[in-house]
Amino acid sequence: MWDYTDKVMEHFLNPKNVGRIENPDGIGEVGSLACGDALTFTFKLGPDGRIADAKFQTFGCASAIASSSVLTEMVKGLTLEEAEKITNKDIVERLGGLPEQKMHCSVMGHEALMAAIAYYRSKGKGAPPAVKSGKIVCTCFGVTDEEIRRVVRDNNLTTVEQVTNYCKAGGGCGGCRGQIEKLIEEVQGDKVRQLRAAPEPPPRKLTNIQKIALIQEVLGEQVRPAMRAHGGDIELIDVVGNRVIVAFRGMCASCKLADYTMKEIVEAKLHEYVSPDLIVEEEADAAQRPHSHQES
Amino acid sequence: MDSVIYMDNNATTKVDPAVVEEMLPYFEQWYGNPSSMHSFGGRVAKKIQQARERIAALLGCQPDEILFTSGGTESDNTAIHGTLAAYPRKRKIITTRVEHPAILSPCRHLEQHGYEIYELSVDRQGRLSLDELAEVLDDNTALVTIMYANNETGVIFPIEEIGALCRARGVPFHTDAVQAVGKIPLNLKDSTIDMLSLSGHKLHAPKGIGVLYIRRGVRLVPFILGGHQEAGRRGGTENVPGIIGLGKAAELAREYMEDENTRVRALRDRLEAKILATCPDTMVNGDRQNRLPNTLNVSFEYVEGESILMMLNQYGICASSGSACTSGSLEPSHVMRAMGVPFTAAHGSVRFSLSRFNTQQEVDFVGEKIGPIIHRLRQLSPFVKTA
Ligand code: FES
Repeated sequence: MWDYTDKVMEHFLNPKNVGRIENPDGIGEVGSLACGDALTFTFKLGPDGRIADAKFQTFGCASAIASSSVLTEMVKGLTLEEAEKITNKDIVERLGGLPEQKMHCSVMGHEALMAAIAYYRSKGKGAPPAVKSGKIVCTCFGVTDEEIRRVVRDNNLTTVEQVTNYCKAGGGCGGCRGQIEKLIEEVQGDKVRQLRAAPEPPPRKLTNIQKIALIQEVLGEQVRPAMRAHGGDIELIDVVGNRVIVAFRGMCASCKLADYTMKEIVEAKLHEYVSPDLIVEEEADAAQRPHSHQES
Repeated sequence: MDSVIYMDNNATTKVDPAVVEEMLPYFEQWYGNPSSMHSFGGRVAKKIQQARERIAALLGCQPDEILFTSGGTESDNTAIHGTLAAYPRKRKIITTRVEHPAILSPCRHLEQHGYEIYELSVDRQGRLSLDELAEVLDDNTALVTIMYANNETGVIFPIEEIGALCRARGVPFHTDAVQAVGKIPLNLKDSTIDMLSLSGHKLHAPKGIGVLYIRRGVRLVPFILGGHQEAGRRGGTENVPGIIGLGKAAELAREYMEDENTRVRALRDRLEAKILATCPDTMVNGDRQNRLPNTLNVSFEYVEGESILMMLNQYGICASSGSACTSGSLEPSHVMRAMGVPFTAAHGSVRFSLSRFNTQQEVDFVGEKIGPIIHRLRQLSPFVKTA
């Protein structure tokens, strides 16, 4: 069982400002049923331009409900400019802390607030504007590069695991982890490069047999589990010099993202763990072969 | 929390006080090593033999077909690794997508070492297709390992039919029966099962003790090497109090089998009826015809499992959830996913698992509380328009 603070429990058991404001000035909707949590946040401005009322509806765990509830309390009485300055960190602080794996609940609160303000600013034209700007990095959870940059910046994150805890990106198939790593580097710059650079092992000179064995191992341990989790698989067909020939199986064989997976996951992992010179290619007639859910 | 209403018995059970009583003297008074040559140890060896006989009586097998292990996980690992070592040329294991991690993890590990693992799928009710099994069984198959009953849904698989298919192909058949033993009657003598795992703490014995039943004549290489204990099939000094406790628990399980299948079943059904009557948009997960008598897995649409558990916890009610948020991982349980339960429902799935210690009063209390809890959480939920 999670170790929740009294404050989290209090907001979970007696949430404040539950519901949906009729004809709100701002409305923000984030998350989805499929993702396991979702939040609708609405506010109404008073004549003085400050937030006079705020309400929420949340589908999610105790910390998602508590984060939303505390957020509605935090924004009341603020101007939009002031409300805009609230970050997910402030939400966490007001709750007296959240378990690391639940940080995404506070991020969801922050996103809904931003979306609601954006809606107000767009003068409520049409449907609420999409919260998401930027391009989707994690397709499993629909998280964009901008969202990832923001959680990294606001919370000073340095690892992919942390990013997953804060915004879920990377918590599904794992296919986006390479890109998340790049985004972390982009935001954190030298700081993470230094962290990572430290134990760089000297480049190995591998015999052909060692190379093949190592490739098998990396595919088995780093690549296959994520693919199998989604009903796919990968098989090593051959290694010719620096060319690694593989075939996708199962769901992966028919996946539209196969090219992407090839470069961003398979090749990236082999570069990291075996040799940066490797080039990964898909077996020419791979698509025609039947799916056999097995390993060679 | 003053009193606890414990409905999480598929996770673990209360040790029966009679079991504790039987174990106690073997900590302080009769602490001899059963392998010793003196009579002080010999007395302990006799008591272990009695436990073996009691367990054999529960399973309907011979006492020498009982191998004591440290629990279900070791039993499962022994069956898998021990069989592969006995058939080194065969490279394929057939199992299911809904097994316990004690089976899935060793299989995934073996897959990385060149074994072919075939995981049978299940339908929306959590049922297996025997046709699929018949299709994939081949001469390369070293082992078929399929659970007796699923821990999350309670769905019981057609184990005898599966065993018959295996026998016809000459393939050893193991079943992880951790959830079934003590809840439904077994008779291994007339069955097609070659190996069966059970775990003490699921049937009111302590944690840290289990059994692997190995039918006479089944080939198995020891998994834990050491001394000559357990007829050379598992090294290591016996967990004496644990074994004695399990022996007593097995005896009690036989005694209470009827109760499990009548009174406990009726309690479960009462709870199920109450939940379905008071909570709209709710469904039972798993085959309701072939299910353990104590298990109820329900999905409440539009609400999330952890929130339900935490609200139940306020009343001292212990249940469990297959939803993602409770485990720290982000996706619903592999069992719910394998069954194709929609994500919308899988996130709100809750498992109530009863035992002979539960009372009607408790069931009625839970039945009374659950409706308002679900209603309350749905009022908070953006997906229920009527809220
Ligand atoms: S794409 Fe990000 S976890 Fe799958």
